[in-house]
Amino acid sequence: MSSMQRFANPTRFMALSGVVLPWVAGVAVVLLGIGLYWSLFIAPADYQQGETVRIMFIHVPAAWNALFVYTFMAAASCVALIWRHPLADVAAKTAAPIGASFTFLALVTGSLWGKPMWGTWWVWDARLTSVLVLLLLYLAYMAIWRAIDEPSKAGRIAAILAIAGFINVPIIKFSVDWWNTLHQPASVFRAGGPAIHPSMLWPLLIMAAGYTVLFLAMHLSAMRAEILRRRIRSMQIARLEG
Amino acid sequence: MKAVLAIIRRDMTLAVRQGGGAGTAIGFFLIVVSLLPLGIGPDLNLLTRIAPGALWVALLLAVLLSAERIFQPDYEDGSLEVLLASPVPLEIVALAKALAHWLTTGLPLTLALPFLGILLNIDIADIGPIMLAALLGTPALSLIAAFGTALTMGVRRGGLLVSLLVLPLYVPALIFGVVLSSGAMRSGPGYAPPALILAAITLGAVVLAPIGAAAAIRAHMK
Repeated sequence: MSSMQRFANPTRFMALSGVVLPWVAGVAVVLLGIGLYWSLFIAPADYQQGETVRIMFIHVPAAWNALFVYTFMAAASCVALIWRHPLADVAAKTAAPIGASFTFLALVTGSLWGKPMWGTWWVWDARLTSVLVLLLLYLAYMAIWRAIDEPSKAGRIAAILAIAGFINVPIIKFSVDWWNTLHQPASVFRAGGPAIHPSMLWPLLIMAAGYTVLFLAMHLSAMRAEILRRRIRSMQIARLEG
Repeated sequence: MKAVLAIIRRDMTLAVRQGGGAGTAIGFFLIVVSLLPLGIGPDLNLLTRIAPGALWVALLLAVLLSAERIFQPDYEDGSLEVLLASPVPLEIVALAKALAHWLTTGLPLTLALPFLGILLNIDIADIGPIMLAALLGTPALSLIAAFGTALTMGVRRGGLLVSLLVLPLYVPALIFGVVLSSGAMRSGPGYAPPALILAAITLGAVVLAPIGAAAAIRAHMK
């Protein structure tokens, strides 16, 4: 009976997310389709950077989402620690691999963009280094989930780590303002309005929305998979106990 | 206060008598520093240039090497449960244990720095800032290490995991420690800005790391 109570909320979540998921996935596909076509074919080439500027439309939304997902993960970890909400635990755990993928994508596309622009694949500047540290934090978070066998204990320990690592997020955001580095400062979200021409800003924003909705879709299905995995686990334990 | 002093004295005694205390940390530090010229060649100018960074990386590794003994033995033999049951708040216990770790690791390493710095051909004028940086920065290293080891108590291959958890959190202390050590501040803004930031990092760690460590211990003991 206690297992039924434990899944009371997740059950409602499963029913709801099952209905919502196809729509969210559809919106992600449409947004990414429009965004990709706009940014790769319609948006003008940069007068200095030429066609390579199109890397921006892949790179910048990935970097934004890397930070967004970590922030989300830390918030979910807070909820999991304070209210012991089972869904928050699942949400934080399943967000990590997706966030790590965004971070990796931002690093790789940034490196590909850096080669023609800065003449090097990698520089140890503040922004690049702190994003690399963000990737390491994601990996550490995932490692600690795997290292501790008991799920409830692993969840609490991982949540504490996620909250401690959140210190890195403002450091990444402001690294380009605090240190004089090669990476350009913020040009979209800044005081005095965006410093980027609308013909490039619009596809960029659509791509950012597409990435975020894509995260939602992937995260929903990852959460569903995790809940099912836990159900199977508790069923197996129940069967073993006879 | 008496209990805190007792914890510090106990941990220091254990560190000294079991080995793995100051001696091992300094030995490790010495080996890393002496491997460096073997690895990159004996060019003294090059060594002078990279010495502050190399010393700091060796410092981080030496602190990390001995970090496991902060909580792991007490967790294994059950004395952590006694500490948990004591009237002293767990946060204060964690702070005391981190302080004991610093007294047996960070402080001796700081005192060893000038000699190792001379081995790496550091300008005598830079020795003062390097020691100041170590003195201001190493308490933060011990505190963050205490937090990291509290997270990984009793975990398989915890030693490897703790470096993955802790090293990202060491980055700010490393950056400003090296800035203060490198002598780049001699001209220009002076030593005050990096020294103040380093002190701020340590003060922040004094407040936050024991809270995090205590939360992790409670999660483990439940």
